[in-house]
Amino acid sequence: MSVTTLSSPVLAQRQPNWLVRLFDYKPFLIVMCLAPAIGLLSVFLTYPLGLGIWLAFTDTTIGRRGVFVGLENFQYLLTDPLWWNAVFYSVVYTGIATFGKFALGFWLALLLNNHFPFKSILRAIILLPWIVPTVLSALAFWWIYDPQFSIISYLLVDVLHWRSGNVDFLGSPWPARFSLIAANIWRGIPFVAISLLAGLQTISPSLYEAAMLDGASAWQRFRYITFPMMMPILAIVMTFSIIFTFTDFQLVYAITRGGPVNSTHLLATLAFQRGIAGGELGEGAAIAVSMIPFLIFATLFSYFGLARRKWQQGEAND
Amino acid sequence: MRNDITRRDALALGLSAATLAATGAAAQTTSSTIKAADVAAPKLAIEKGASLRMLRPVRFVQADEDVFRANAAKFTKETGVEVKVDFVGWEDINQQTAVTSNSGAGPDIIIGFSDAPHIYVDKLIELTDVADYVGKRYGGWLPLAQRYGKKNKSDAWIGLPFGATAGPLIYRKSILQSVGFDKVPEDHAGILDLCQKLHKAGKPAGFALGNAKGDGNGFANWALWSHNASLLDEEGNVVINSKETIAALNWVKQIYPTFIAGTPSWNDVSNNRAYSSQEISLTANGVSLYFSLKNDPATKAIAEDSEHQLLPKGLAKVSPMAGLTLNAMVFKHSQYPNAAKAFLQYMLEKDQYEPWLNANSGYWSQPLAAYAEAAVWSQDPKVKLFKDTMNSTYYDGYKGPISTATGAVSADYVLIQMCASVATGAATPEAAAAEAEQRCKRYFRRQR
Repeated sequence: MSVTTLSSPVLAQRQPNWLVRLFDYKPFLIVMCLAPAIGLLSVFLTYPLGLGIWLAFTDTTIGRRGVFVGLENFQYLLTDPLWWNAVFYSVVYTGIATFGKFALGFWLALLLNNHFPFKSILRAIILLPWIVPTVLSALAFWWIYDPQFSIISYLLVDVLHWRSGNVDFLGSPWPARFSLIAANIWRGIPFVAISLLAGLQTISPSLYEAAMLDGASAWQRFRYITFPMMMPILAIVMTFSIIFTFTDFQLVYAITRGGPVNSTHLLATLAFQRGIAGGELGEGAAIAVSMIPFLIFATLFSYFGLARRKWQQGEAND
Repeated sequence: MRNDITRRDALALGLSAATLAATGAAAQTTSSTIKAADVAAPKLAIEKGASLRMLRPVRFVQADEDVFRANAAKFTKETGVEVKVDFVGWEDINQQTAVTSNSGAGPDIIIGFSDAPHIYVDKLIELTDVADYVGKRYGGWLPLAQRYGKKNKSDAWIGLPFGATAGPLIYRKSILQSVGFDKVPEDHAGILDLCQKLHKAGKPAGFALGNAKGDGNGFANWALWSHNASLLDEEGNVVINSKETIAALNWVKQIYPTFIAGTPSWNDVSNNRAYSSQEISLTANGVSLYFSLKNDPATKAIAEDSEHQLLPKGLAKVSPMAGLTLNAMVFKHSQYPNAAKAFLQYMLEKDQYEPWLNANSGYWSQPLAAYAEAAVWSQDPKVKLFKDTMNSTYYDGYKGPISTATGAVSADYVLIQMCASVATGAATPEAAAAEAEQRCKRYFRRQR
């Protein structure tokens, strides 16, 4: 038997080149695969967010480069009654609108989960308020709430003769606040209803059958099956809903621009008015940054809601 | 007279300023009586291969855009300089100017509103040579044009005003007569008396107290200025928290209950709609409301029964009314500054400016004295009053220097909200004035 050895040029040919070896190196490969995603996140998420936070600590105005002023913008906001008013209304707006959307959305989802004729068409119709552009629905509500031409006033005054004068929906603070909340609830219901309907359809019918065999009432089935099984999706949908509602801009800006008497400013509309219209970019950014703690709270709410899954399944929380 | 204006009619009228277009073209046919002095034009060597891009606010009158574009095309034909004109919404022009200014790229020329050149002064080229030339040639610049065009406390022109629109009173003659008035009184007690009687007669007055850029600020400024109150003194100190302001706010508190319900939520089209539908008999508005009524057969009778009047003086010596001014700027980043200046100069020359002014049917009034002879001012006596808009000595930020902050106070609706909070009982005059002072001082902290 003879043994032949390969000549060195042949060996060199078979040896992978440095580029191949580099890509065979696992840490490098991970970095390379993640790089596009990290790049996109950095450019489109981290940079704007970082710039916004940086601006909040400067006195930048439109047309003038600012300097670092530390917490001065935040200190001013603490003395600004309008900022406190916006915080108050943002919380009230989010709280009441979210409660309204969930109460009505959950009820609607339960209704839509039943078997009835034209179910698919009805489910599609429910989505209409959600798919109409927000500004368009805002304009519709602006007409509905018009002090002189409101269709509601027309019905109450001219058709039903229940009132002698028009309803002044947007002319004084609390009616204006509730009018905007009603518009937000109308717009948000489909998102909640359809999301919860998807959750309802994941609950196994066998659970209900077993409960019925055990003689559970409708309320008991809802209380001990539906509600616990829906908790994870409720937590997620509620978190999104709180974030969307708290950061709402279009409805308020299109209908009231923060009026009357600045009573309907949300933090988002106030940030825009001060930062862009008023040109105080630093202060506007500070108002926007002041929303972050509230948004973190909403995210934590979701986290803790999800963390209770074991409890939902009858185990202790850990 | 037809009194059965339907809801649909009224809603349509609120948005029908575009009907002004119908009247625009007719004014252009009259032969010109405008005198132009023989003055040497500045030597502007147009750069080789120059082309220009321009932004300006969208037309309120269709003929405004048509004639403006035709004039720009004429300039291209005569000089070979391509000019691309983009029309953008009134609410967007500030943001687009800000981006252009901050990025140092974009349009060569922007026509912004009144105080825009004062905000971006560091980014603009001086236009003094062109301003001096057209000023001498056409009888001199009117006071409001000088105020907005020139850099504060200097004779350097940073903007070239193209025109201004005003918001005087418009009222129903027959309804005022029915309550014993021929016109709106010039004193505050008389105005209050009139408004109380109009309210009693079921045809009240209505002035915007909502976050309305034009009408809301117009009412708030008038309430203050007619009481000799002002945002600033001559040196630029914030003096809004004054006894004159308190007096103005007390008057607003008295007159507010005579208004139609809902004015704290009114935006810029609300009073148009309320007046057109005959819900109110007195408000303040631009000429667009009158023309929209006049050009619609359904509401022509309302227009015939309507009269314009300068805002009442109150305690002021002249009618305290500022005009919203179109103000052209040329940016330093432009590669063709001479072409840009030549274009603006060309557009302000009689052959181009006069047809444009006439086409606007009185919506924009001239910044140069000679153009007061334009045909547009003699075609309808009810429009004549708008001719002197740029003779006003009042402006945003009166009595102080114009700055970024004067525009910001207006954009942030600080003065409107001060008035609205007192009117609705949300704050006392003293508390509202103190809060407005705090906010204004914040805006003005870097201006001195």
